[in-house]
Amino acid sequence: MSGPAAVAPSTPPATPPTAPTVTRGGRGSWVGGGAMLLVVVLLAAVVPYAVTLGALSSLVMLFALVILGTTWNLLAGYGGMVSVGQQAYVGVGGYALIQLADAVGAPPWAAVLAAGLVGAAIALPTSYLVFRLAGGYFAIGTWVVAEVFRLVTMQIDGLGGGTGLSLSAFRGTDRVERVAFVYWFALALMVAVVLGTYLLMRSRVGLGLTAIRDDRVAASSLGVAVDRGRRLVYVAGSAGAALAGALIALSTLGVTPGSIYSVNWTAAMIFIVVVGGIGTIEGPIVGAVLYWVLQQALAPLGTWYLVVLGAVAVAVVLLAPRGLWGLAAGRYQLFPTTHHVRPLAASATVAPRTGR
Amino acid sequence: MSVLEVTGLEVRYGDLTAVDGVALSLAEGETLAVLGANGAGKSTLLAALAGTHLPTSGTVLLDGEPVTRLPAHRRVRRGIVLVPEGRRIFGSLTVEENLLMGRFPKRAGPWHLRAVYDMFPLVAEMKDRRGSVLSGGQQQAVAIGRALLANPRVLLLDEVSLGLAPTVVTQLYDAVRRITAEGTTVLVVEQDLDQALRVADRVQCLLGGRTVLEAQAAGLDRDTVADAYFGITRGSRTDPTEA
Amino acid sequence: MDWLNAGVQGVLLGGQYALLACGLSLIFGVMRIVNLAHGVLAVLAAYLSLVLVEQGLPLWLAVVVVVPVFAALGYAVQRGLFNPALAQVGGGARGGSGGGSRGAGELAPLLVSFGVAVALTNLLQVVFSADTRKIPTGGLASAGLPLGDLSVGVLPLITLAVAVAVIAAVQLFLARTATGRAMRAVADDAGAAAMMGVDPKHMYAVATALAFATLALAGVFVGMSTQFSSGYGDLVLLFAFEAVIIGGLGSLWGTLAGGVVLGLAQTIGAQIDPQSGVLAGHLVFLAVLVVRPGGLMPRSVPA
Repeated sequence: MSGPAAVAPSTPPATPPTAPTVTRGGRGSWVGGGAMLLVVVLLAAVVPYAVTLGALSSLVMLFALVILGTTWNLLAGYGGMVSVGQQAYVGVGGYALIQLADAVGAPPWAAVLAAGLVGAAIALPTSYLVFRLAGGYFAIGTWVVAEVFRLVTMQIDGLGGGTGLSLSAFRGTDRVERVAFVYWFALALMVAVVLGTYLLMRSRVGLGLTAIRDDRVAASSLGVAVDRGRRLVYVAGSAGAALAGALIALSTLGVTPGSIYSVNWTAAMIFIVVVGGIGTIEGPIVGAVLYWVLQQALAPLGTWYLVVLGAVAVAVVLLAPRGLWGLAAGRYQLFPTTHHVRPLAASATVAPRTGR
Repeated sequence: MSVLEVTGLEVRYGDLTAVDGVALSLAEGETLAVLGANGAGKSTLLAALAGTHLPTSGTVLLDGEPVTRLPAHRRVRRGIVLVPEGRRIFGSLTVEENLLMGRFPKRAGPWHLRAVYDMFPLVAEMKDRRGSVLSGGQQQAVAIGRALLANPRVLLLDEVSLGLAPTVVTQLYDAVRRITAEGTTVLVVEQDLDQALRVADRVQCLLGGRTVLEAQAAGLDRDTVADAYFGITRGSRTDPTEA
Repeated sequence: MDWLNAGVQGVLLGGQYALLACGLSLIFGVMRIVNLAHGVLAVLAAYLSLVLVEQGLPLWLAVVVVVPVFAALGYAVQRGLFNPALAQVGGGARGGSGGGSRGAGELAPLLVSFGVAVALTNLLQVVFSADTRKIPTGGLASAGLPLGDLSVGVLPLITLAVAVAVIAAVQLFLARTATGRAMRAVADDAGAAAMMGVDPKHMYAVATALAFATLALAGVFVGMSTQFSSGYGDLVLLFAFEAVIIGGLGSLWGTLAGGVVLGLAQTIGAQIDPQSGVLAGHLVFLAVLVVRPGGLMPRSVPA
């Protein structure tokens, strides 16, 4: 899954070919990047005037799914942490938005961003708890934490107990105006989260994270601050889930503890990342679009839809572990985080590691 | 007929050819030492014989039957038993449980628990200790005992001396001599030339994955082996880097 | 008196949790897989025995049928799903380089088991609807033995006894039989075990078969004592997991202790506030994680 030269220097050497050339991206990236920009421009400037309000609301859900997938991928694909409890932060984000917008009176856009910060603020202390568990037990441990969040939320009368809360900040706002605002805001937020994740992975921190994922012991012996890196990813990924939760509450005008804290959010994240392609920036975008399309198309099937989803995820893990994007990658890379090394000559072979 | 007959064996790791057309033959009761420097392909050869890394081409015959593509666990049941590099003792099992793992393939033969304890009295004293607390030499004795309990048709020993003190190595090779004296067919891979020459009937030297010297051990000139070891050409001997 | 009653009920409930946790602990101990489908599989076993009982089979016969069926299912799931997932990351099931790095290797089996859990949970909902069900026991579930002023449920008592018996049997199997020894050897170093004639893939499948058998038994007891539905598997997984972690990894007797602690936390929590039993259990689990991350009865050498 990792780029073969993930630890190569980040700038190509300027000297003539006394060393192998290292490049990132290439013409494919520019073309792909241009296409991506075009899609965003279309979504921003054309789509809102061409489709119904219902479709716009549905697209808001797609943008939330991209954020969920991207941030879960940050945890699992780059941080090596499989969390089954990210619904904890979806829920925190949803409740925080409504409290901040209604009780505090913050403007909705500020309330969403603040909800992300609330998610981060809760994720930081929580990380000290769940980081005591490794691997698969980390996965279930995060789920327990999410259950605790849900049960505690239901105990608090101010949060509506078992029935949840509805958002009243938009009361009196024109419906068209509201949906359009939520749509543009969600689009901007999605673009920001994807770009932010991309920049994080390109940074020094990102390289360290890739090293941690690939071999934690070796990374720590090379001076990578393993725990700090993982904690940063956990907090950032959870903030992302909280942003998505806030968007969902903003779009659906309310939360209930049963649905906003549902493990199905994590199931969706896992499907999106696994099917799209784990450990890549593009994969979760592809996966989210696919999930969203399937959700629309298979809605008449009801519960069967989730049966199919689970089965597809299993099949992809076993048969195409790099996901749909992995099948296409190598040819295209819209967000180049890996480097390509072009060796000087055939004689520069790698040292043999046999005969130990 | 030979117990073990290997022809044209080639083993690769990706693009790298680690064993490049090696042939060897082991007669009943014979002890062959495969020598060579680091990276010569010795361990890879053993891995291909034991089935832990399958060869890309060539054949391995055990008593005339092909076992080339058989996975490791099924080869053991046929009698090719490996004492791996690094010993690979089961840390959470006791010493006796480690030894009893040799009985798993249920092969009949002369070796039983008593005989192994007689050969390694120290191991008998530690039989209730966990594998993880043993010293390197103790681990190596347990690893050899464990393999013997499988009653091998061919015993493969990988770098018995690795990382051990010279006196411990000498003791272990004393045991190996007794094992070969019992008539067990043995293939030793070793970097320690003196120890290898003590137990071997014949010597085969590898360099860059190919055989560069085959000779009877008796009366073998140490310098001749050393030269082959490092690929030094002298007089009429063929240059191993050619061809 | 109520508190004493809560305590007794809690200990007995712990038997059920320990029985549920046994299989989870076994699969993790042998191949480091955390089976996220564990809970829903227990619920599947409950549904299966419910169907058999509704067809007129006596309950004991339903158990006799369901347990071996689950053992076979476990063998098949391991060979068909978990082994390929393990092999994918270039680790475990293959001989040779047994010393490879773990960590990234846990991803594929974890995701596969999660996919199975999602698919199976919803499949059960399609087939059996979301209504809660209970396996009819002919009065066994409500029968009680008078103990002073208390009434001790017969069914929870049987469950605890079965849990103790199952844990003792599994421990004995691991400690005393050649197959049990080989299973521990595979857990230590699959490559080295292959060099001793053990087929790691087969041994993993035997371990999973055993785990599924205990899990099926546990599922039937859950089905007899609790109103369950397709979604109940989530809770079952969490409870089993909490019992394992509270008790300490790698020790089945520790798991029994963990189950009892969890059961006590839930019944005493419910005594304080009827709505908060489950939450109290979660909180005790988190508290143990903070105070004793190795569990209450950790083993120095993992088995």
